[in-house]
Amino acid sequence: MTSARDDILAAVRSALADVSPAVSVPAAPRAPDRGDLVALFVERVEDYRAVVTRCTSAELGGVVAEVLGARTSVVPPGLELEVPNAVVDDAFTADQLDAIDAVVTRARVGIAETGTIVLDHQPDQGRRAISLVPDLHVCIVDVSQVVADVPDAIALLDPSRPLTWISGPSATSDIELNRVEGVHGPRTLHVVLVL
Amino acid sequence: MSGTFVGMPAFPTAARAALGDTQLRRNLAHATQTIRDKRALVVAEVEDWEDLRLAGAGVKEAALRDLATHLETLEASLTRAGATVHWARDAAEACAIVASITHAHGADEVAKVKSMATAEIGLNEALEAEGIAAWETDLAELIVQLGDDLPSHILVPAIHRNRAEIREIFQRRMGDVGKAAPADLSDEPAVLAGAAREHLREKFLRAKVAVSGANFAVADTGTLVVVESEGNGRMCLTLPEVLVSVVGIEKVVATWADLDPMLRLLPRSSTGERMNPYTSTWSGVSPGDGPQEVHVVLLDNGRTRALADDVGRQALRCIRCSACLNVCPVYERVGGHAYGSVYPGPIGAILNPLLNGVSDEQTASLPYASSLCGACFEVCPVRIDIPSVLVDQRAAVVDSHRNDRVPSAEALAMKATAWAFSDSRRLAWAERASGIAGRVITRFSRTTLPGGRAASGRLPGPAAGWTGARDLPAPPAESFREWWDRTDGGQR
Ligand code: SF4
Repeated sequence: MTSARDDILAAVRSALADVSPAVSVPAAPRAPDRGDLVALFVERVEDYRAVVTRCTSAELGGVVAEVLGARTSVVPPGLELEVPNAVVDDAFTADQLDAIDAVVTRARVGIAETGTIVLDHQPDQGRRAISLVPDLHVCIVDVSQVVADVPDAIALLDPSRPLTWISGPSATSDIELNRVEGVHGPRTLHVVLVL
Repeated sequence: MSGTFVGMPAFPTAARAALGDTQLRRNLAHATQTIRDKRALVVAEVEDWEDLRLAGAGVKEAALRDLATHLETLEASLTRAGATVHWARDAAEACAIVASITHAHGADEVAKVKSMATAEIGLNEALEAEGIAAWETDLAELIVQLGDDLPSHILVPAIHRNRAEIREIFQRRMGDVGKAAPADLSDEPAVLAGAAREHLREKFLRAKVAVSGANFAVADTGTLVVVESEGNGRMCLTLPEVLVSVVGIEKVVATWADLDPMLRLLPRSSTGERMNPYTSTWSGVSPGDGPQEVHVVLLDNGRTRALADDVGRQALRCIRCSACLNVCPVYERVGGHAYGSVYPGPIGAILNPLLNGVSDEQTASLPYASSLCGACFEVCPVRIDIPSVLVDQRAAVVDSHRNDRVPSAEALAMKATAWAFSDSRRLAWAERASGIAGRVITRFSRTTLPGGRAASGRLPGPAAGWTGARDLPAPPAESFREWWDRTDGGQR
């Protein structure tokens, strides 16, 4: 008996026996110059009902502390920011993370056109679970990380790393196709943009 | 646990029943109008949308035309990244692979990310037969599962339910399978979403095995992509120890850069957003982060059959955005259930016959479930010419009946027409007969067409099927030839 693999590949080859593999793939068009990318990024992130606070790097610690208030939080090992009352992730279980209110991470890239933040889960962002289970995600983005559009982000990102693209808080359109924020992911996304 | 499409009547019968359901029609009209408006706004924002569509169609077409090469590359990249690759010729093989992985870990439940491929292969029912509970975690899938219902839309399987119905289902059923809904549950969408969050959280936190599909599989990097909104996908892709992804072989794109047009096209076409809330990508196993055992099941289940069809092949470009459903006048009126498949609407009307052939009556009825208005082609982000494929599939249905012992009324009529048209004397005779019929119909008919011309209502006998939904204009009393003879070509 031949294997499923061999059968499928043989069926694919025979289906395409008379088909030339050469097709011209037109290049994807680029969006026109939108001017101030950071302003666009902020506008589009806020459009998803995420909160954006701008600050200088000197103000960052104070701003994050203020956003967190009395909440408990978890931070990745490489955050490089003093966060009061935070615990550093130490392979916590999902249940342990579920008992923590908030998470503070950095990011890899921000996409202005779509208001998207991409995490590549390096040590300053931590493994995927920590930015998922707590209900508030405070995400620090540096203005230098903001790019114009999706192709710019794709070119920067390393596909061998796990990536999480985040556009606003978790949401659903499953009830009468109206967008409602707050399902399984963090119900609040607070972006701190460092100028 | 949930319903099944097996044994559904052919489209016209199912559609007639659906059309009688006014609640369903109201829910659908409201939902499809909402999503059409949202899509139109975000698509208008992209100046070069048509060029983006061309790029998206090109990426998928190129991948399909060299599919064997890309599948081998994908297998090698996935294996290098620490994933185990399985191949499944059909639904039964794919389900058996998922069940055996689950059993191997001693699990009696799996958490599921919404996936069309696993719905197509009937994975939940197959796992249930193996003593494994499959928990749907997408909100709409949860509504369908708890309601013992069938999906009726690709993106929003519970689109046929309104908020009041959803509230009732949650209150009645959540307690049977986990955390019950609060007693004072209202029908506010935010409150309903909150109830789903509470209900599913314990399932996410304890799940050992998760099952997903993938929106894209990148051959050169071995990366799978899941595009979602709620975060249930992230939960399933991140927290469990074992992840099994069932991926149709047509999901392959060649390179990482190919994701660019796709990730710009899909969310705008699908939920009408610039970007969906969450997109996760992963390449095999990431040490210390997420599932440490990753399986990928590459699924054929009719795809190579569709690939061999020169006209129909383009249907495999489909990225399941559901834009074609939302603009389809037929879908909007009859809903998704009438199509008798997890793939309803215009794409379902071509994909089901392409994957399964047209030998059964239900599938053979689908290519006719369209007015060929072309709205689906206009919105399709990967430019699938659905009307052309529909027409071609209608021809396939007709061809499949060429050797029937009892010819259809339509085939007999066509034969008679050919006989009459091939000889001028026979044609003249037929026209005279038609003129007499016309005078009779005009005298007795109770149906009048716009413009005052009489028409027959439903005709008896073999023509009943055709005239049941159409008015046949009464033939004119005088044929063109008779007029020509009488007036000498209009001279007299
Ligand atoms: S056929 Fe086109 S419009 Fe319809 S679901 Fe597929 S990609 Fe979307």
